[in-house]
Amino acid sequence: MNKFCLSGEVGISPTEGILSPLVQHLIANLVQVAFLVVFAPLVSGVLARIEEMIQGKHGPSILQPYRDIAKFFAKDEVVSEEASWVFRFAPFIAFVMPVFVVLLIPALTAYPLFFAFMGDMVAAGFFLALGGFFVALAAMDTGNAYGPIGASRTRMVGFLSEPVFIMVFFSVSYVANSTIPYAVNAAWAQSWATMLEPAHLLVLVAFLMLVIAENDRIPVDSPSGKVEIAMIGHSKNLEYSGRGAALMKWAGTMKLMVLIIIFVNVLVTPWGLAATTHWGDIFLSLPKVLGKILLFLLGLAVIEASLAKLRLFRISEFLASAFVICLFAMSVRLVNLA
Amino acid sequence: MNPHVLEVARALDGFVAAIFVLAGLGIIMARQMRGTLYLFILHSLMLTASAVVLGVTLDSIHLGLVAVITFFTKVLAVPLVLVWTTGSSAYQRREVEQVLSIPFSILIAAGLALVAWVVTNPLINAIPDHPFAAINLTTGMMAVFFGAFTVAVRREGVAQLMGLFVMESGAFFASISIVNDLTIIAEIAAAVDVPIAALVIGLLIRNVHKLTGGTRVGSMAELRERH
Repeated sequence: MNKFCLSGEVGISPTEGILSPLVQHLIANLVQVAFLVVFAPLVSGVLARIEEMIQGKHGPSILQPYRDIAKFFAKDEVVSEEASWVFRFAPFIAFVMPVFVVLLIPALTAYPLFFAFMGDMVAAGFFLALGGFFVALAAMDTGNAYGPIGASRTRMVGFLSEPVFIMVFFSVSYVANSTIPYAVNAAWAQSWATMLEPAHLLVLVAFLMLVIAENDRIPVDSPSGKVEIAMIGHSKNLEYSGRGAALMKWAGTMKLMVLIIIFVNVLVTPWGLAATTHWGDIFLSLPKVLGKILLFLLGLAVIEASLAKLRLFRISEFLASAFVICLFAMSVRLVNLA
Repeated sequence: MNPHVLEVARALDGFVAAIFVLAGLGIIMARQMRGTLYLFILHSLMLTASAVVLGVTLDSIHLGLVAVITFFTKVLAVPLVLVWTTGSSAYQRREVEQVLSIPFSILIAAGLALVAWVVTNPLINAIPDHPFAAINLTTGMMAVFFGAFTVAVRREGVAQLMGLFVMESGAFFASISIVNDLTIIAEIAAAVDVPIAALVIGLLIRNVHKLTGGTRVGSMAELRERH
């Protein structure tokens, strides 16, 4: 069972090892960042492979995203003469924001690390929204016709999903009396009875819908779609080439992985994380977290395989449902139904 | 009763109730007929699960029988009867027409949930010795309202029938928490009524389908006005 300690001293012996707890926490933070950066393309590769297998196809290798990113890095970058600094700058912001978020959330450890209290779940949402904002600006920067269409559609989805984000944060913070992801993780992990609360299930469903919408997955958008006019999120990256395209692709995979980590580690299964600062314990949590992510990917692939893409104006219904489900969750908690 | 067992049972019942509410909400929202049918099966399955949880916790053989009867009638018999009577063509239609838009319907559903809580709260306070009443009574009342709302806003015969069954399931969901020892004759009678209702209304819908080429009962008002 996870223990939660604000000082982050769970399992730390002051005389243990040659590193001070502060340095250990900093290094553990960097390990979390490396975990995200290294494994994010793999997560996308596995998801694509599972989806192809469900459709009865062989599918690309799970390492294909790594090859794509390497290929893009090796190519020259072509930038429109119309593009301003925003276009060049956006891939870096999109790449860095998920890294900031993973510093705030329990990716591998159940106890808070060095940056845990630098921001809460609202800050995590802000970081992701900031990346999305710059990418949307960059899409309108080049003069390509499809970029602004994709940007405006993404903003539409964003405007609808932000209230859901806020309601999810309120719901979970109402349970944990905190918006710090580590505190929420510890609150859910207290007992099975807490996990089975109706409010918890409702928040999970709403957050799952949000993960789907924010990552442009089916039924909101088709990630494998090739028709520019039907694209929502993916048309924003059409103008990028070379290093910019590589960073955008990598950032997309990291955003998906960060949201999955929040879903599995904070909300659904807050177990399997390192409870001590022993390196063995931290590295042992790696396969456990990857296993949880794999289970999530299987579920996501089944959802994507069994649903059709919604028409653009039906997306509001999808996110409105998520919002009302959050309202239900809040109401259930407020009236203390269970 | 062991307080720890009761706590776990209440948590399980709450979990089941949450899925019950979600399935009811799904029936209001679902645009596809087949999706509505699957959600109804899930809805009925949760009613069965709640009866099992309550039966085991309260050591009531009657609730165990309610679970068995509900499973065989609502989870298995009613969907089969509906598919058989109305024919598969009714389920192949992509979109079910609604009087109100889906977001507006969802908002009203949220308001109905609040009304259900306001209505049942005095009742819950009046029966403090029923440990599951707080969950089941409120959730059941929500389902009754959701069902009535579905009947009101759907312009499709089969979907309206689902609404009726959701109302009936909601009433059952509420009652099993306060009446644990209903006589078995009454339970069987209530359970047998449901497939018979499905059969009768299903046959009616089939005839409507034969005569008008569809089951969109919403457009029948227009037919009446023309002739």
